[in-house]
Amino acid sequence: MKFDWFVLPFLSGLSFVTVYTSVKFYRWINKLSRGEKALLKKYIFSRSIWTSIKEIFSESLFHLKIFKTHPLLGYMHASLAFGWFLLIVLGNIEVKFYSEYSINPPYVPIFLNFFEPTTAPNFFGRGFRFIMDFLLLIILSGVALAFFKRFVPSKFGMKQNMRHRWFDRIAIFSLWFIFPARLVAESLSASIYHNGSFLTNTLGKMMSFLPAETLLYPSWWAYSIILGIFFFALPFSRYMHIPTEVLLILMRNAGIRSRYFSHPYQEVETEACSRCGICIDSCQLTSIGYAIQPSYYLRTIRYNELHREITDNCLLCGRCVEACPVGIFSTDIRRHERTLQHEMRTVKFKFNQNKFSNTYTEVLYFAGCMTHLTPGIKKAMTTILEHSGYSWQILDEDENICCGRPLLLAGQISAANQVIIHTRTQIEKTRAKILVTSCPICYKTFKENYRLNMLIMHHSQFIDHLYTHNRIATQYRNVNVKYHDPCELGRGANIYVEPRRVIEQIANLLPSSSEKNKAPCCGGSLGNTMLQAEEKKLIAKRALSEMNLTSADLLVTACPLCLKTFSAVSSVSVKDLSQLVAENICEKIPNNAQKIHKAVETL
Amino acid sequence: MPNFGFSIHSPTHIDLDKNYRTIFNYVKVKEPSIQKCIFCGSCSATCTASNYSAMSLRKVNLLLHRGMVQEVRSLTEQCLLCGKCYLVCPRNVNTRRIILLIHEALKMPLS
Repeated sequence: MKFDWFVLPFLSGLSFVTVYTSVKFYRWINKLSRGEKALLKKYIFSRSIWTSIKEIFSESLFHLKIFKTHPLLGYMHASLAFGWFLLIVLGNIEVKFYSEYSINPPYVPIFLNFFEPTTAPNFFGRGFRFIMDFLLLIILSGVALAFFKRFVPSKFGMKQNMRHRWFDRIAIFSLWFIFPARLVAESLSASIYHNGSFLTNTLGKMMSFLPAETLLYPSWWAYSIILGIFFFALPFSRYMHIPTEVLLILMRNAGIRSRYFSHPYQEVETEACSRCGICIDSCQLTSIGYAIQPSYYLRTIRYNELHREITDNCLLCGRCVEACPVGIFSTDIRRHERTLQHEMRTVKFKFNQNKFSNTYTEVLYFAGCMTHLTPGIKKAMTTILEHSGYSWQILDEDENICCGRPLLLAGQISAANQVIIHTRTQIEKTRAKILVTSCPICYKTFKENYRLNMLIMHHSQFIDHLYTHNRIATQYRNVNVKYHDPCELGRGANIYVEPRRVIEQIANLLPSSSEKNKAPCCGGSLGNTMLQAEEKKLIAKRALSEMNLTSADLLVTACPLCLKTFSAVSSVSVKDLSQLVAENICEKIPNNAQKIHKAVETL
Repeated sequence: MPNFGFSIHSPTHIDLDKNYRTIFNYVKVKEPSIQKCIFCGSCSATCTASNYSAMSLRKVNLLLHRGMVQEVRSLTEQCLLCGKCYLVCPRNVNTRRIILLIHEALKMPLS
């Protein structure tokens, strides 16, 4: 058995990490409910496990999503993760050429140049030394990039770095020093035994003036100690994400989601966060000086720090979730924690049950609270509904009711359920076929929490439906329009196509650099209860400049709240989609006549 | 003395120096914008909850000043947190946070 005392720091660190991680994994899995355990078990022994294995390779090692964010940033992460992984795997294969045992202790491939100083005199021996040198070079380039990123994050597509704690810094520095230490040790070894390849041999020759014999053994000690420090720091620092992300991918693909605060899935998510800081740039609260982004938020959860205000201070716009390379649903964590803080079990609403009509119509229009503050939308929808040819009625004409989402977002679940039951009864009483709402917030709630037995449509979908069934016609106007995707409609309900199709019927739709899932939040979001009015205004202004409206005559949105927030600060006029349609609506003309009309207009 | 079926009202006098201001102070420290309120009543005019209850944020603020906890509790529990009051407020009082803070204070053992 090959052994030397200097492997001890490495070996103890490695065994510590292994034991610690196994205990943690066991605890997390044990904490899952019986159904979730069965789900995980069923998934692991199913054929779809291969998609997870593929994802582990592409995300945990190759970091494909970060490559999409910025190529250089992706290379930095991939070179370190994938490079190190290959170094370990190939090192283990290389050992097979030297050792007569089939199983070797884990330190032999790491310190191979110490235990086997002479290269095997064949093609494979030299080939492997070359590959190992090459991989080391790639990792070193990654370390150099990581070093430069601390000073010039803008070159990596990031506006600012994450501010780390001292403990994380120790872990980062030990990781950075692992590979230079390996390089030094192998180069010294190469200058004596000539067992290196292009990198270590060259460096060994350059170091020939040094007393290599006396320095070699301490350099192996140094390499081992730095590895040991890194392994001991790993479970308590950001690098716990390396093992945890694998479990996270498995759990997520098995269909497990966190259902309450400190659910085991959420604990896995918190430790799987690598604090890479990509969410910091995507967050709109960064620019007004709040450190509340998931990177910071999850850190406060992980180390049990006080963070009440951080939990509430979030727009819940979901941009960070879209940007996260690990796929952490941080907005869900926030909502669950708000439930813990704000739940009021004593609430008993006394609604008026019989004030609503129960006449039957095909279309039921639900304006929603926010639409009542922007009566232009309600008026426009009335015009459109008149032209649609459907029989219709407004549910909340003068008796305003809430969909319950504000309470859900604030965490008052039991109160929200009462509201939901009440509103659902009112809606079901009308037995309508289509429920149309102008408010994306209501739309999302109807879809997710109501279990209604009718077609639920946002007004953008409804107008699109009217166009495709040739129920309304509009005049074409030569105006340049930019469309703003409301958070709840776009990222929340995945509706991107229909509003764009509607706009293209009426005006020129300009493309935008920040649209669809990257669209900014207007700042008026109901998810945030902490922001002051001035700060909201600032967010709205910055969102407008992010969308760059210089070439646009009109900004169109599909949410009453966005309309209200934007029209307060915008220099370009802002309109709701329904207003744009209602203003240009014309009496229906037959299909052919419409075509001729269009042809004449283009002439 | 014969009982004629009459009684005297319990005193409703409010001593502004001695009344219970703990909740108001708790809210004031965490959300100073409550002090900007001019009691214009815009919030009460738009309130969704006022359709079915006596909820009125203006009244809540007044009752908070007077330290009438029970009334504050019964009113704020009817709030739907829809945020219309925040949008119409001419003084930009962060109304939703105030309601949440009142809920928080009411849950504390002292009140």
